[in-house]
Amino acid sequence: MSELPVLLAPRPLLSGGRDPASGLFNGTVLASVLVALGISITIGAARAQAGVVGAPGVATLLVKWAPLILEGFLFNLLVSVLSMLAGTILGVWLGLTRVSQTAMLRRAASVVIQFFRNAPWLVLLFYCMFLLPFSIALPFATVPLPDVAKAVIGLSLPVMANVAEIVRGGVQSIPLEQWESGEALAFSRRQILWMVILPQCLRRMIPPWMNLYAILTMSTTLISVVGIQDSMTLARAALVAEGRTDLFIPMYLMLLSWFFVYCYPIARWTAVLERRFRVRI
Amino acid sequence: MPHDAEALVVLSRVEKRFGDLVVLRDISFSVARGKTVCIIGPSGSGKSTLLRCVNALVPVSSGSIRIDGIEVNDPALDKIALRRKVGMVFQQYNLFPHRTALQNVMMAPIHVLKQDRREVEERARRLLARVRLADKERAYPGELSGGQQQRVAIARSLAMSPLVMLFDEVTAALDPETKKEVLFTIRELAEDGMTCMIVTHEMGFAREVADHVYFTEKGVIVEHGPPSELLVNPREERTRAFLDQVL
Repeated sequence: MSELPVLLAPRPLLSGGRDPASGLFNGTVLASVLVALGISITIGAARAQAGVVGAPGVATLLVKWAPLILEGFLFNLLVSVLSMLAGTILGVWLGLTRVSQTAMLRRAASVVIQFFRNAPWLVLLFYCMFLLPFSIALPFATVPLPDVAKAVIGLSLPVMANVAEIVRGGVQSIPLEQWESGEALAFSRRQILWMVILPQCLRRMIPPWMNLYAILTMSTTLISVVGIQDSMTLARAALVAEGRTDLFIPMYLMLLSWFFVYCYPIARWTAVLERRFRVRI
Repeated sequence: MPHDAEALVVLSRVEKRFGDLVVLRDISFSVARGKTVCIIGPSGSGKSTLLRCVNALVPVSSGSIRIDGIEVNDPALDKIALRRKVGMVFQQYNLFPHRTALQNVMMAPIHVLKQDRREVEERARRLLARVRLADKERAYPGELSGGQQQRVAIARSLAMSPLVMLFDEVTAALDPETKKEVLFTIRELAEDGMTCMIVTHEMGFAREVADHVYFTEKGVIVEHGPPSELLVNPREERTRAFLDQVL
């Protein structure tokens, strides 16, 4: 008797199937392709330019501008770290409010989370840039609010909402019996949360949190749109200064590869952690 | 019903409703200091809910539960103060999986009672020895068998020096071998004078350990008496039918 074809397990189209390993493989391939593409374009462009007497090669120009753009890139990373920090602190607080015992607080937190999770990051950024004042008047001093601070606030809002969701999911993944046995031992709700529930769900919350950070880092280039001098702005300025169309693709490719080199290990590490935590519950 | 001055837990006319569903109806009895009562009855008869009402995990709908002078059915009830006096052990152990056996036992005395860590550690070691798990203090709950976890849970509850211990079908999830260890531990406790309220399906155990047995069905106490009478020669037809089924 032959098997019915319908009942056969679907076969993977490519040689894949080994999930984690092939993921790593794909990543490596992608990285090599990017690098190869970068080199070939650079060399090709350099060759094309070679005919023009006195004009420097694309590679020379990239080397010339790299330090400045790298500075901008580091600034992007700084913005990403600050936004993540602020977003995490606010998000943990918001997420805990989301699982509060008071129905009204829960509902209010839910509205805030839904609003900021479903708003485009760039729109939020624009709102913060144009609605926040230049300085904040406190009783004892006037604190200036530079554009960078506004941008960090703007980016930390969606981060806050996403961190809050991660916290809510983590807390709710712990069985209710843990709360009960904590209560039976005369712990307060706050004590149960901090000593019993959060330590147990922390490991589960780290991978999605890191994933969020990688997304945020890539999104920091949005701040160039609202007029902050980040790596994107500087790259554009360099292109304008040189006025060479053949520089366009290699320049952005260089910047892109830096982001890739920074974010890809985070993504890999996240995947590794996810796998490890899935096994050990 | 026995209402002597030494009564530690007194329930009178306790009623519990979940919406329209009446889970407990007109429950009245008391437990004297140092005595052990067992509550038996078919599943869904409200036995677990009754225990949960005693330490305010579930609020009662009407009636009164008094434990050592604290009224549980009081809007201004200090739940923490109540639960310091009442220990509870659950069917599913519910140990904290991220802490070792010893840490599980030490947590509440240190953080709730604010007792000295060194003192608590010494006492926790003694308690683990008492439940015969002195060699497992560094083990995490996941590394222990069900019976061992349940005994750690008992030690953890005892570390708070409660006046009364509630046991909610604590052997229901265990295999016959490990069941024995846990029942032995509880019997020792009862013999040492701990006041115990035990919900159980182990009739043999109830007969050995209980001073008084209550048979509940559909949220009411059908019959109660000393185990030698109730379990051997029940007056009510319903009690007899239940015992015939489980024995």
